[in-house]
Amino acid sequence: MYTQALNTVETADRGLEDAGKAAQFQARIDAEERIEPNDWMPAAYRKTLTRQISQHAHSEIVGMLPEGNWITRAPTLRRKAALLAKVQDECGHGLYLYAAAETLGSSREELVDAMLAGKAKYSSIFNYPTLTWADIGTIGWLVDGAAIMNQIPLCRCSYGPYARAMIRVCKEESFHQRQGYEIMVTLCRGSDEQKAMAQDALNRWWWPVLMMFGPPDATSQHSDTSTKWKIKRFSNDELRQKFVDATVPQAQYLGLTIPDPGMTQDADGHWRYSEIDWTEFKQVLAGNGPCNRDRMAARRKAHDEGAWVREAAASYAAKRAQRQTAQAAE
Amino acid sequence: MAVANIQVSETPLVLYALRRADDALILGHRLSEWCGHAPMLEEDMALSNIALDLIGQARELYSFAATVEGRDNDEDKLAYLRDVRQYRNLLLVEQPNGDFAQTLVRQFFYSAFADLYWRAMMNSRDATLAAIAAKSEKESAYHLRHASEWIIRLGDGTGESHARAQTAIDHLWAFTGEMFAVDDGERALIHAGIVVDPGSLRGRWLTTLSDVTREATLTLPQNEWMQQGGRSGRHSEHLGHLLSELQSMQRTFPGLTW
Repeated sequence: MYTQALNTVETADRGLEDAGKAAQFQARIDAEERIEPNDWMPAAYRKTLTRQISQHAHSEIVGMLPEGNWITRAPTLRRKAALLAKVQDECGHGLYLYAAAETLGSSREELVDAMLAGKAKYSSIFNYPTLTWADIGTIGWLVDGAAIMNQIPLCRCSYGPYARAMIRVCKEESFHQRQGYEIMVTLCRGSDEQKAMAQDALNRWWWPVLMMFGPPDATSQHSDTSTKWKIKRFSNDELRQKFVDATVPQAQYLGLTIPDPGMTQDADGHWRYSEIDWTEFKQVLAGNGPCNRDRMAARRKAHDEGAWVREAAASYAAKRAQRQTAQAAE
Repeated sequence: MAVANIQVSETPLVLYALRRADDALILGHRLSEWCGHAPMLEEDMALSNIALDLIGQARELYSFAATVEGRDNDEDKLAYLRDVRQYRNLLLVEQPNGDFAQTLVRQFFYSAFADLYWRAMMNSRDATLAAIAAKSEKESAYHLRHASEWIIRLGDGTGESHARAQTAIDHLWAFTGEMFAVDDGERALIHAGIVVDPGSLRGRWLTTLSDVTREATLTLPQNEWMQQGGRSGRHSEHLGHLLSELQSMQRTFPGLTW
């Protein structure tokens, strides 16, 4: 109901969208004011945010799958509880984010349907498989680490509901990141076999993680307007560099080798990485990653097999409401 | 690579704690299998939450068992290095998730019992068990509320959900008798005031079930025949598969720290 009400506002506003309103809107953004759901906003701003927030939500939900793959096999009860709690947190992030996206006028059902139909994207990193327990540590350390780099600036995003969701999400992500790193520390202090497992996981995840920041600035399509609207505050390459600079010493502490023989540290302390293989990125994005099909199949299966449950809940709620109305009329 | 099973000195109190710990771990593990695959995100959250509570209960009970046993076993050795014949959980909790109705009926039967059981156990003469019970009781009350609400929704939802819920009830009913059975060792603990006689709770358990199923327009089976065996390690075929997954890391890489 809430989203329908907002839709009405949007339709009413559309006719009034004019240069004056747009200038006023931009002035609010420039003054670092937060835009709230019922405020006037350009249709393109609404569309950009709906796309970004829903993609972010889909990523959280699809991201439950690779880590969920190890819940039933976690090596100790403590690790099992921590991993389950972590994956549950990701689900919670998905829920807040869908709720934030709904404030822009699209329902969760519509957004989820677009993802299941393959029309909406989710983060490509989740199209890689988790093969060993070290992958769980590596995902926490690097994937959550990269997500934090991306998301900390979003806590100051111009759209209020997204910015507020991000504050909580970031707190939880940084806990996950430390948890992942602690798994890596334990592995790297362990047997030769465990250390090799950690190195192998780093070898497989390093380049896909660097690709998480998106295409190089020179080729990114969305950055210019997103920057003007203060949705995005740093460029892809800036964030990637920040991540690399933060991560190299962490790998050194672990005694692991970053799988980039060409990496060098320049005079001002930045770690310069070799050129990224963007063909692989494009292939994974196009649906040809190792797990794209499995991930979509798993989400569709859960959705399809859950349909009768959702119908039952809706049917029961309707019957109950009807009974209450009938009772009130007596 | 074969890793030897640990040996446990199953004194009545150790065996008691293992049985309850195994119930909680196996049911928690089953629920955790839903994470990422539930019918709606809210249930991914809820089932994971219940799983976490149960795994937490299992850890406390295993640690208690290890302390009482007084050898070098600990929660992980007890969970990961006993085989199917050494597991002591109810047959009910190891039953596969099936569809959402089967998972929720299993949860409903168990939580309706656990809620009463842990509340009564808060009066245990053993301070640790009483403390574990106090925490578990609060959690179980929520689990029961969640399951009951779903039984009502499914029973009184659509024709399909009603049929699925009834099928699940009929299927799982024969696994409920074991919850109320005790052996001589446990009977001695009951007389000593350390544990509660589960048989004394059956009447109230049935009342909860009758109330909820009536509202759900579902019926409880009349058959009296009950499957038994979990408490003494005679399990269904399902548990071995669950354990091979649960224990795979500890069995493949013995003796390491994770």
